Amino acid sequence: MPAICLYLHCHQPFRLKKYSVFDIGSGKPYFDDEQNGAILRRVAEKSYLPTNRLLLDLIRQTRGKFMVSMSISGVLLEQLEKNCPEAIKSIKDLVDTGCCELVSETYYHSLASLYSREEFVQQVGMQNRTLKRLFGCKPNFIRNTELVYNNDIAKLAGELGFRGILAEGWDEILGWRSPNYLYKAKDSELLLLVRNYRLSDDIGFRFSNRAWKEWPLTAEKFVGWVNLQNIAGNEPILNLFMDYETFGEHHWKDSGIFDFLEAFCWQALKNPLNSFTTPSLIAKNLKPAGELDFWRLVSWADTERDLSAWTGNQMQKSALDKTYSLEQSIKQTGNLRLADDWRKLQTSDHFYYMCTKWFSDGDVHKYFNPYESPYESFIAFMNIYNDLVLRVKSHNSLKVEEI
Amino acid sequence: MPTRNLKVLMFGWEFPPHNSGGLGVACQELVLALRHQKIDIDFVLPRRVDCRSDGCNFLFADAPGGTLSVKPVDSILSPYQGKKSYKEMLRSILSGNPGTLSYGDDLMDEVMRYAAAAKKIVSDADFDVIHAHDWLSLPAGLAAKKISGKPLVFHVHATEYDRVGAEGADKRICDVEKLGLAACDRIIAVSEYTKQRVMQVYGAREEKIRVVPNAVNVRNFQANANLEPLKKQGAKIVLFVGRLTFQKGPDYFLRAAKIVSTVEKNVYFVVSGSGDMERWLIAESARLGIADRFVFTGFLRGNDLVRTYKMADLYVMPSVSDPFGLTALEAMSCGTPMLVSRQTGASQMLAHCLKVDFWDVELMASKIIALLRYGELGRSMAQNASKEVLKFDWEESARRCISVYREVLTA
Repeated sequence: MPAICLYLHCHQPFRLKKYSVFDIGSGKPYFDDEQNGAILRRVAEKSYLPTNRLLLDLIRQTRGKFMVSMSISGVLLEQLEKNCPEAIKSIKDLVDTGCCELVSETYYHSLASLYSREEFVQQVGMQNRTLKRLFGCKPNFIRNTELVYNNDIAKLAGELGFRGILAEGWDEILGWRSPNYLYKAKDSELLLLVRNYRLSDDIGFRFSNRAWKEWPLTAEKFVGWVNLQNIAGNEPILNLFMDYETFGEHHWKDSGIFDFLEAFCWQALKNPLNSFTTPSLIAKNLKPAGELDFWRLVSWADTERDLSAWTGNQMQKSALDKTYSLEQSIKQTGNLRLADDWRKLQTSDHFYYMCTKWFSDGDVHKYFNPYESPYESFIAFMNIYNDLVLRVKSHNSLKVEEI
Repeated sequence: MPTRNLKVLMFGWEFPPHNSGGLGVACQELVLALRHQKIDIDFVLPRRVDCRSDGCNFLFADAPGGTLSVKPVDSILSPYQGKKSYKEMLRSILSGNPGTLSYGDDLMDEVMRYAAAAKKIVSDADFDVIHAHDWLSLPAGLAAKKISGKPLVFHVHATEYDRVGAEGADKRICDVEKLGLAACDRIIAVSEYTKQRVMQVYGAREEKIRVVPNAVNVRNFQANANLEPLKKQGAKIVLFVGRLTFQKGPDYFLRAAKIVSTVEKNVYFVVSGSGDMERWLIAESARLGIADRFVFTGFLRGNDLVRTYKMADLYVMPSVSDPFGLTALEAMSCGTPMLVSRQTGASQMLAHCLKVDFWDVELMASKIIALLRYGELGRSMAQNASKEVLKFDWEESARRCISVYREVLTA
């Protein structure tokens, strides 16, 4: 009797301006408002707005039997407030139905969990305050950036008072166990929901791939696979976690993805053994089937499910180390503008653009990449980093003079 | 019945160490790889002096595979001579070797004379396909096609527009190129860039064109680096390698160097190559007040070139128009990070390098500085480039040439 937990993740970074070494110290702003605004409007038109409309319709038409959960990064919410307030409104409408649960994360979609506990805690706090302000809700569950997760991160999330966390259902960790149960984190009461990556990726990655032997994927076929779960051992849940932009952006409207989503909802509910659910409902209805030991860091990215897309080469490591090494001096300035710029530089996308393992995972990495090459992205980032260092230094020396 | 090796009559250019640029290297490597794949080659080339007895015929006598016979023709043709410097060269040769050479004073006359000499070779040779490299050997190739009725493959390494730019292009040379592109049976372009160019500039028909990229023999660039005193003092080296002519953009390199020098103090610019712009470059570097930052090494080859590549922190290829840019593959083989002009075939084919428009000297300078400042950038780039360069294999290029031969033979 799988209760289907459809969870969508939604994020857009503040992309950087073209920033040359000669711009260092010039006062030129870091973020490309024009490009970011244009991309945001395009994605909102193609994906966020039509998807939210459809989700709301489905919730209403099924009288709340259809449910969904989502996380929206703080940096995206900030851009939506500025460039597309109707998208904020459409999320609010969904949340107000009581059938859409929001999941927390770091406001800046950062990798702070790996570099600074203090910074991670502050960014999650910012995100929770933003969700409260915009949607009036307090999240019970959290997801870390790119589903990066291990036992240490579980501990941190538990200390922050979360009921549960989302992670990748990676075979290396699960072993013989199925992703279709509720688990808890190792040596902790924190609940753990892990992604069924096979069925999630059938929709998220493979849906419009004409070379895939299951193409075209119909709702009947997909629900047929879901129904197998009823026969195969009565596993209680099915975690379909994917990018929000699956709908309308990764797969365009003319691929039939919206029709699929709608048909999937109705087709799934045809079988009375199926239902839709959210993380908090799962926590309420089920007891954890066991403990999962995430002894290594696991993400939901690429075939390796590791961090190599962000920390795999020397440029990435160096850029991340240098960025986080500024933490204390930035915080000592007490300057909110500096802190915000610094934090927007922590957004994981900047490091993702520097990834050089192109030739195996090329397509996904080039997606939305505003740079000609990872080297160009590293240069722009380092130039901006050096400008930030100058600003911090001059701020601190000014303060000394004032005293 | 044992099948006979396919036999190619190739109009080529002098091999290293007699070459003056990438074309000779490309000819040599391609010929080696073709022979390795059991292709017999009659290799016709212009020689400044009579060297019919110098043992060229045995150049690769021990190598297995197809046979190679070299057929030199007396000629002072060189693939890199503009009309003006041609006359100068002619004068010096005439004064230095009176009596041994006797040529007309016009380049076109010489090209036609070479073609006429090539005719003699054609009439006693037996071959299946004619393969000509660049325009100077085109009349010879066309004559061979006419006499023998065999198909002609025209291999375009550079066009007149690449060499001297649209303004300086010699109409007569353009005419030869246009005629050759129309009359030959297949065109081999060294890059997609060149393919597009011959289509746009000359209206060459797309279905006749096959792209066969140049390649590199990585083994040739694996000697050990020799750290020079400059490096020991912590200086950074930015390198230019190429002929000092309009096409290679050394003037843009100079102007970028000027900008770099204003912000980075311990940087030296090494210019390796010779050509008609050498004196001007030296004078200009003095005028800009950066002569002390410049080292002109002259034309380097072999281990000296390898050492120079390895010594460099960055290799810059600022070509105004370069159908391929073989030096890019050389730098990659040496593990040297690169900044290449977008107006090159190499920039379209390579991922692991920085790119810039040749005319954007400020951006060029800013990228040079970024590379000098951020050590991880060059290290990551060179590491990936050393893998990427392995894709450029002369054996593969030879295979593609052979499939073009087969195409024209069955057409």
